[in-house]
Amino acid sequence: MAQLTQASALEGRFSPARRAKASRFVVAMLAPSVVVIIFVVAFPLIYSFYLSFTSFTLLRPVTAWNDFANYRRLLQDPIFGQAFINTLLFMFVTINAAFLMGLFLSQAIARTIRGQSLLRTMLMVPMMFAPVMIGFQFRWFFNDQVGLVNNVLTSLGLLNGSIPWLVDRWLAMFSIGVATVWMNTPVVAIILLAGTLSISPELYEAADVDGANGWQKFRSITYPLLGPFITIALTILSLDVARGFDIVSIMTGGGPAHRTELLWTYVPRVAIQDSKFALGAAMSFVTVIVTIAFTLYLFRQLLKSRIL
Amino acid sequence: MRPSSRRRLQSTLVDLLVWVILIAMLVPALWLVFTSVRNPVEVNAKPPVWIPRELTLDGFKPLFGQSTGATGAIPFDRYFLNSVVVALSSTCVAVALGTMAGYVFARYRFRGKNALFLGIMLSRAVPGISLSLPLFLLFARLSQSGPIKLIDSPLGLIIVYVAVNVPFTIWLMDGFFREIPAELSEAAQLDGCSEWQTFTRINLPLALPGLAASAIFAFLAAWNEFQIATVLTRTVNSKTAPVGLFDFTGQFTIDWRGMAAMATVMMIPAIAFVLIVQRNLVRGLTFGAVK
Repeated sequence: MAQLTQASALEGRFSPARRAKASRFVVAMLAPSVVVIIFVVAFPLIYSFYLSFTSFTLLRPVTAWNDFANYRRLLQDPIFGQAFINTLLFMFVTINAAFLMGLFLSQAIARTIRGQSLLRTMLMVPMMFAPVMIGFQFRWFFNDQVGLVNNVLTSLGLLNGSIPWLVDRWLAMFSIGVATVWMNTPVVAIILLAGTLSISPELYEAADVDGANGWQKFRSITYPLLGPFITIALTILSLDVARGFDIVSIMTGGGPAHRTELLWTYVPRVAIQDSKFALGAAMSFVTVIVTIAFTLYLFRQLLKSRIL
Repeated sequence: MRPSSRRRLQSTLVDLLVWVILIAMLVPALWLVFTSVRNPVEVNAKPPVWIPRELTLDGFKPLFGQSTGATGAIPFDRYFLNSVVVALSSTCVAVALGTMAGYVFARYRFRGKNALFLGIMLSRAVPGISLSLPLFLLFARLSQSGPIKLIDSPLGLIIVYVAVNVPFTIWLMDGFFREIPAELSEAAQLDGCSEWQTFTRINLPLALPGLAASAIFAFLAAWNEFQIATVLTRTVNSKTAPVGLFDFTGQFTIDWRGMAAMATVMMIPAIAFVLIVQRNLVRGLTFGAVK
């Protein structure tokens, strides 16, 4: 950080002593954050990366090189392959669904005149829920015997018998997806609502004069001007969906019979229940790479829009 | 139909749809609160009983040291206290550290800045499952060799939550500090303020809404975190409320009412916090987006 400058018009006026002071200041301000992230995130990741090349288990902590045995087993493991594909599919579908839902709600709320602040407060309710509790709540909603969904469908006379929501592979993925979208829609809607309200009303008035319809106004005014807000919303969304372990693990735990296995449920199953820690470490490393690749793309967009 | 009345009908339908969707979104929360005060026969009743017919607070008894038929008394006071200690202290530390770093990212140019920013943000994308297991091993080793206990202790959780919440705080605060005119800082420095004084006396007071927004995110994340807590906590010494919810699960049965009662109580601090800083929340998320 030797080449430090202050981002201001005064740059040239600073003496070397002043710049050295500023440089120390920058280091001192950044150091605590960097240290704690290294201790809690970077260091454990490196440690588990190292263990993934050994046959380490919790009972036999051997740390000898085992010639990629874990990575070879991982590639041959059909359940891992399925969990991998399930995870990508799940993230793709839920991120898109939550985004579209949030976009729709934000546009609809932005044009309501009465009760807008009440609607916005209602929107925040899911944000206060612990994800664990969302998992439990939706697990009960979708329970095939006592759950609310089957119960309501039966009372309405739409259903005879019961739908095995959390047993069938696709129904279970759907149910988990509903819970995940429910949890993640509000933040998208709130960000896009703030973005929409910040657009100057004069633009719409001008469009009205030109006789534009609602869709044309959305397409050529709202959507382009929402750009930066959409990037922020998608970034937060991808971070949150990728951390959706709580919901899945409580609703199905990856079961029954691995049908809803995602990387987030399969890794602890292997590492803790089967106590193959090193294999779990290898799998979790693959998980990290997938998640980061997913997020990196959005972050690059975000960084481009920042003035650095 | 004339175009204007068609348009009016259309917008009424959209309004109606929004209200329906939002009320549907409230169902899980309302159902949770209702379940907590129901008579047990109503909990799984067929057909469903929407509004509880009679109110009873029996579901809250296990939380306050009395056992019910379904669940014995659970040490809820300990869980709640642990949650409060862990969430509040990790929020304070994370917001302090993130504000300092966010300020530097907003105001200074230095080598490797973009890479460092990206690295910090990506650290938040690491799934908890990839962290909790190696963290457990490392913390266990540190607890063995030194006097500092990090497994089954609030301190361990606090450190982890600080690291988890710092990146998002940096992001939000960076946006807030960018909104404050740099000329103010320049004038202060010409008047002889040091870098630190410029930060604390000029910029920090103007960024208070940002601090509020960051605090709520950090608090909610720590208050509701489960995945790492379930690995790093063992006993009432450190178990937080989300982990304590599992006291209501048996091998084959779940005491839904007791669980709903505990979750209802857990939501009270979260609601209070959100209501207090609601306005700043929206501003905080979108600051820096409009350039």
